[in-house]
Amino acid sequence: MGMSVTLAHYILMLQGMLWTIALSLMGFVGGTIVGLPVAVGRISQSKLLRRALALYIAVIQGIPLPILMFLCYFGISVAGFNVPALVAAGVAMTAYSSAYLAEIWRGSLQSVPKAQWEAAECLALTRLQRMVHVILPQAVKISIPPTIGFLVQIVKNTSYAVVIGFAELTYTARLINNSTFKPFIVFSVAAVLYFAVCYPLSHYSRRLERKLKRA
Amino acid sequence: MTNIVEFHNVRKSYGAIEVLKGISLSVPKGGVTALIGRSGSGKSTALRCVNGLESIQAGELHVCGRRLHENGVKLRELRKDVGIVFQSYNLFPHKTVEENITLSPRLTRGFSRSQAREIAQRVLAQVGLSEKASSYPEQLSGGQQQRVAIARSLAMEPELMLFDEVTSALDPELTGEVLRTIEALAKQGMTMILVTHEMAFAKRVANQIVFMHQGVVWETGDGKMLDAPQTPELRNFIGNGL
Repeated sequence: MGMSVTLAHYILMLQGMLWTIALSLMGFVGGTIVGLPVAVGRISQSKLLRRALALYIAVIQGIPLPILMFLCYFGISVAGFNVPALVAAGVAMTAYSSAYLAEIWRGSLQSVPKAQWEAAECLALTRLQRMVHVILPQAVKISIPPTIGFLVQIVKNTSYAVVIGFAELTYTARLINNSTFKPFIVFSVAAVLYFAVCYPLSHYSRRLERKLKRA
Repeated sequence: MTNIVEFHNVRKSYGAIEVLKGISLSVPKGGVTALIGRSGSGKSTALRCVNGLESIQAGELHVCGRRLHENGVKLRELRKDVGIVFQSYNLFPHKTVEENITLSPRLTRGFSRSQAREIAQRVLAQVGLSEKASSYPEQLSGGQQQRVAIARSLAMEPELMLFDEVTSALDPELTGEVLRTIEALAKQGMTMILVTHEMAFAKRVANQIVFMHQGVVWETGDGKMLDAPQTPELRNFIGNGL
């Protein structure tokens, strides 16, 4: 039954994988641009700002990613703009990553010893100067392993873009399966491709963690 | 006013616990004042009040011609005049010795990189660590790190320096090297207040010794005070301390 999986299909899946990587990068870059200010704002002196950002994070973390995808895809078109699935998926991934990255980085910022803040304060540095020159550089070092670990989550979770018909790896695999009826082969290949992207990342993350622990 | 610091009936509480129960104290310009007393006597808290790290609930505190905790008194300006060195050094681990020292002069006083570097060379020479400019803190011994912390404070050209149990984390040999650095500064006329458990050092270097007990100034005097304590509490403290 069905036709066999051909070279053209494999090439299609590789293309899907490239879109998966592209969407992951959009999610990570967008998530960084939004998430870093959110992380810094979460430890701001303004209670109102802290609360508002905590609410943003709670809302995003409380909504399943596929629903975020739908919201971005159909929500924006209801508002009168016709958006390509890529843009909607990118916005959804940005929102999703920003909430989690913000929490990872807030934790990293807070794990820099208080004495460092105090020492910088006693050297007459402004709050911004303390953050930029003393706290952030130390927090970055602490945050690298968990951030790369989260990248793996981003890559895997781009597969939810399948719900809005964005032609990433999962969507492409399903498409090929629909025409070939070889689910075992098709989805195994998809699994291997995901693994090929994710494993090096998580391996690298673990290695960095060990290295930083020694330092 | 020749006093650089004046406490008038200063009170400070953490929640329900009153740590400073109305202390009055004057520190003259150009002298060394040693705060001694048991752990929990309030001496470190009093020191931290001087550069605004702790707020006070009552009384008046004047430092370098400013009344602290008055509206409009900028703590940041105060800290350019008042340096502090901590027990745990608190150097910035991601910066070299020189970068630790030049950071504030560049950011808060607008010195260029090369001017700041000259300042770093001068203060490092003062603490005897000229050759360590490009080292990272983790490559130095505890005593060396503490001397870098002193140099970092000196680079601000403060009028007053505070030392908060700066040798408590060091072994006797390293303690000696840090104390010699502090003593040399005192001889150059730097005004300083130090919280210390080194009684022999306090006796030799301090012009004024302040014994704090249960949140109040219990006894004040010069070095001789330690030979002839007036109160049983100080006698007791010295007896246990030596």
